[in-house]
Amino acid sequence: MKIAFWFLVFPGFLFTAIVGMLLTWVDRKVTARIHWRIGPPWYQPFADFFKLLAKETMIPAGTPKFIFLLAPMLGVIAMTIIAVMLFAMNFMPDKSFVGDLIVLIYLLALPPLGLILGGSASKNPLSAVGASREMTLYFAYELPFLAAILIAVIKTGGQIRIGEMVAFQQLYGPILYSFSGVIAMLISLFAMQAKLGYVPFDIAEAEQEIMAGPLLEYSGVALAMFKLTKAMMFFILPCFLITIFWGGLASRWAIPKLLLLVVLVILLKNTNPRLRIDQALKFFWIGLVPFAIVGIILAFYNL
Amino acid sequence: MKDLRIQGLKKSPWVFHVAAASCNNCDIEILDLITPRFDVERFGIVLVGSPRHADALLVTGVLNRKSLPRVLRVYEQTPKPCLVIGIGSCTCDIHIFKNSYNVVGPYGKHLPVDVFIPGCPPKPEAMILGIVKALSKL
Repeated sequence: MKIAFWFLVFPGFLFTAIVGMLLTWVDRKVTARIHWRIGPPWYQPFADFFKLLAKETMIPAGTPKFIFLLAPMLGVIAMTIIAVMLFAMNFMPDKSFVGDLIVLIYLLALPPLGLILGGSASKNPLSAVGASREMTLYFAYELPFLAAILIAVIKTGGQIRIGEMVAFQQLYGPILYSFSGVIAMLISLFAMQAKLGYVPFDIAEAEQEIMAGPLLEYSGVALAMFKLTKAMMFFILPCFLITIFWGGLASRWAIPKLLLLVVLVILLKNTNPRLRIDQALKFFWIGLVPFAIVGIILAFYNL
Repeated sequence: MKDLRIQGLKKSPWVFHVAAASCNNCDIEILDLITPRFDVERFGIVLVGSPRHADALLVTGVLNRKSLPRVLRVYEQTPKPCLVIGIGSCTCDIHIFKNSYNVVGPYGKHLPVDVFIPGCPPKPEAMILGIVKALSKL
């Protein structure tokens, strides 16, 4: 009963969805203000979601129906589990188990996997292009992202339990407040931008080139699930970064930190043009990976 | 729940723009709607790239033999319920194309158009008014 409540209501599905949608509204409103517009009212993401639930869900002829409809659910399920695990480990460190960091990293791979599956199952050439771009982008940002997490692991003395990492940071100060910590945070900020699929890394969904990429053939409930996944990610990923690098969620500074990260993402999104996929790959592998290696070396010297 | 859904549809009509061989005047005026001056995102209106995501089709231009099947196909690809909004005088009637060999007649004959917005091109204010009228029918 308690576990069902955790998964469905409090840190799980409902809470994450509502907070994520409110953050999506913050994104749209700040974007509008940057454009010198007024922007949508606060209930806009909720209106979008309920409208999509009411719409017809079309399945293109000849698509594998099961995979086509499974793909949107993957991300929502993964995000719910991540939310419950993150909050449990922050507020009840004894619930943490060895290797939960690795479980979270794998669960974070599910939303892009859902996009790739859905895009490939859509039987649309533009969706296929989008899916292949998403795949390339995933391999591009995952390497520096893992290196950045490795910095945190090294700094905490080889901990792969998130509870222990948070306890370490509460004892000795956040990982961010060191040279290697700053490098790790910067790299994971870019990785977060790419994971969210926001400009400059919205290559997979590039509206002006391939319409909506993997989402092209989705409508109704399935599209609502994709939008919901994105909204939940917009809340969970900053939480994840705060947990790993910035002292955990169990402090009164957690909410300002979260808002700061969200606003950083929005500003990055609004001040940059879209990269090409090869440029993104070069940016992550040639630009950020050496940077991450420097960070790892610094972390070994405990800087 | 049902009320909530209809409210949702009223509050967030996503728009797909079907340019059926128009002279581009109406299309440019449609793009005016998303500029800071008119900012239709205030009402939740977003221009989307795929008819699968759309709740309203903005059709422009006079229908001809080549564009009719394509417009019908886009209409079929749009998940229902969806609105069809005819923008510009060309959608209301056939006007100066009256004796053309190629023109297949006004939109009303082929598609269930919810609202026609006359003008060559219509002003952005007129388009906002027309969309509001189409939504208030729901």
